[in-house]
Amino acid sequence: MIKTLEGTNTVSEQQKRIHPHKFTLWVAIGSIIMMFAGLTSAYIVKRQQPGWTNFEVPRAFYYSTAVILASSLTVQLSLKAFKERQMIKYRNWLTVTAILGALFIVLQWIGFIAIWNSGISFHGSGAGQFLYVIAGLHALHVLGGVIALTVLFIKAFSAKIRSYNSMPIEIMSSYWHFVDLLWIYLFIFFVWMQ
Amino acid sequence: MSNETTIHVPAEVVHELHVEEHGAHHKESFITKYVFSQDHKMICKQFLITGIIWAILGGLMSVLFRLQLGYPEASFPILEDIFGKWAKGGKFTPEAYYALVTMHGTVLVFFVLTGGLSGTFANFLIPLQIGARDMASPFLNMLSYWFFWLASVVILSSFFLETGPASGGWTVYPPLSALGQVNEGSKAGMDFWIIGMALFVVSSLLGGLNYISTILNMRTKGMSMTRVPLTIWAILFTAVLGVLSFPVLLSGLILLLFDRHAGTSFYLSDIFVASTQTALPNEGGSAILFQHLFWFLGHPEVYIIILPAMGLVSEVMAVNSRKPIFGYMAMVGSLFAIAILAFLVWAHHMFVTGLNPFLGSVFVLLTLLIAVPSAIKVFNWLTTLWRGNIRFTPAMLFAIGFVSMFISGGLTGIFLGNSTLDIHLHDTYFVVAHFHIVMGVSAFFGMFCGIYHWYPKMYGRYLNNTMAYIHFWITLAGAYLIFWPLHYEGLAGVPRRYLDYSNWHAFKNFLELNRFISTVAMIVFAVQLMFVFNFFYSIFKGRKVVTPNPWGANTLEWTAPIRPGHGNWPGEIPEVYRWAYDYGKDGRSFIPQTEPVSPQESKH
Repeated sequence: MIKTLEGTNTVSEQQKRIHPHKFTLWVAIGSIIMMFAGLTSAYIVKRQQPGWTNFEVPRAFYYSTAVILASSLTVQLSLKAFKERQMIKYRNWLTVTAILGALFIVLQWIGFIAIWNSGISFHGSGAGQFLYVIAGLHALHVLGGVIALTVLFIKAFSAKIRSYNSMPIEIMSSYWHFVDLLWIYLFIFFVWMQ
Repeated sequence: MSNETTIHVPAEVVHELHVEEHGAHHKESFITKYVFSQDHKMICKQFLITGIIWAILGGLMSVLFRLQLGYPEASFPILEDIFGKWAKGGKFTPEAYYALVTMHGTVLVFFVLTGGLSGTFANFLIPLQIGARDMASPFLNMLSYWFFWLASVVILSSFFLETGPASGGWTVYPPLSALGQVNEGSKAGMDFWIIGMALFVVSSLLGGLNYISTILNMRTKGMSMTRVPLTIWAILFTAVLGVLSFPVLLSGLILLLFDRHAGTSFYLSDIFVASTQTALPNEGGSAILFQHLFWFLGHPEVYIIILPAMGLVSEVMAVNSRKPIFGYMAMVGSLFAIAILAFLVWAHHMFVTGLNPFLGSVFVLLTLLIAVPSAIKVFNWLTTLWRGNIRFTPAMLFAIGFVSMFISGGLTGIFLGNSTLDIHLHDTYFVVAHFHIVMGVSAFFGMFCGIYHWYPKMYGRYLNNTMAYIHFWITLAGAYLIFWPLHYEGLAGVPRRYLDYSNWHAFKNFLELNRFISTVAMIVFAVQLMFVFNFFYSIFKGRKVVTPNPWGANTLEWTAPIRPGHGNWPGEIPEVYRWAYDYGKDGRSFIPQTEPVSPQESKH
């Protein structure tokens, strides 16, 4: 009941304005940016101190970058399909995106193992240790996205729920593009700052 | 003095009255109404009551360690009965003392003055004052409270650990906080602290996101940003500060967690532990890095605490002076300036860490710049009071008390902002006195001001005025009697966080003064308990509110029914035609925001 009251309020008076949930996401993105800004600036400060060690960027990270870029494309395609009410196409692209997201995390893991095997463990405080923390946190954010995708996925295959509201998918895809861009930033950062 | 004589019941009630209670909009069970509620008003009360419980605990801790400072030689067998090994022989052990100091800071800064203050008033006032049914996302809002609750449970349980809660100071500087072998409190207690704070950060972020999004997107028709009450502006900037600074603290704590458990050396380097005669393998870390990350949050954090109080005070002061707030746009502008400067001054907490003196001078300049917006605000409050038709309600007294405290505490900030003076003053009681007055007591005054003013809206009853006046005067006098002498001790060089000063010739002559301070602290604490009694007693037995707008205020919350249901207004959401401060205009005591501007009206 309250939902409908709130709904009419938002629809009648705020058609031109950005949807509050979408806006919330943008603020949340600002917040996440601050977290990674804090960590990467810590990296820059630490880098100038004695005893700094470097690592070699593993091949897996190049693959994972390609994978997450591709997943940005597929999430966009699924949003487009949803808006055109092509539900089968929508579900398929959604599935592909979720799989690519999971694949990204697996590739990150493989990359971590490669770095670990090159002799860089948690001991020390060089680029490698920062990478474990920063990329690990990023992977957690991707995992959050995968979970959200799964929820949408279940909803898309449920016979009971029929949604015509594209807002959850729009929010989802914005978030997905964000974690994609965030990784691109981090990747360039790690390659550049060696 | 009774309520009747002080509460001016307006002769002209222009609001549409919805006196009859509006029933619930939807079916509510006990669980959905009182526990997992998504109604912002119930979440507000949950935050407030949790905050009150924390405030009692945090205040009690300060009484306990003041007991040690006032009576270092005495022994109180009852302490051993209650605290066991932490107070062997009726005297607190050094570990217990440090744990008390640490947790007093943590609890009051984060759980009372951030969670309790912002959580309460942001939740209560945003939808009611901007004319919204609820928050942008009531569900996230509910999660925000329950993360706060979880954080509270984790922090509370750390008190029952065998090794005790965190005890390395509320700033948890490594290496002390990173090494369990050097400090009992850095064992499991520190992990509980980090996990509790991480949950707290999540709660703050979920809340903050919602506050920003609601304020910017859910305002009713006609409620432009230049028409919202100053409370809303203050809460908006508070939320922005929180959203941008708390994640950085979280980053710092995550690195600390890795240093503690994974063997990394982000903060640790070249450490030799004397107690075990071992050298640690950690190399290349920087303890200063943590301070940068911590204070990048830590400084905005003090504005997260004080800005909501400023907003509440501005609103209450205008209502009870029966005058428009002086310089509305200047108030908004100075809030904005404080919010920007909040991010540019963090290194003034680190002047003596070996910071480059040139860099230090830049931070001195930026720090002292904060005096400008602060002074604008103070002068605007004073000019709001000037020639006002002042009603000395308890809320108004606390608002005026806030300004007094803010001036007294702010002036010593100018001392401390100078990097050269800071060489002498850092880590002394001067710092303790400064921040207790300017953000501790001030923020409490702002909070009390808000509670006394909006209690009738929250519970449909008034707080008892006699107790309220006793509460105000003793708290005001007590706060000055406690913290004024501390400045003096600090100037004399007495360092903070010491258990016992009797070994120092330079400091032991302050014992009598400390005893006096401790006595006052106990009295003030007792008076706060009286306020808590008043609070809970009045929920059930307070005098009932009979008019929807008891203070004759302009803002929208007073157009809602006395006890609003979920959704706030039974019919349409009221439309807004003017700003919130048309008091004493054209011969009228007040003109609510819902009244259209008539053609004959004078311009303001």
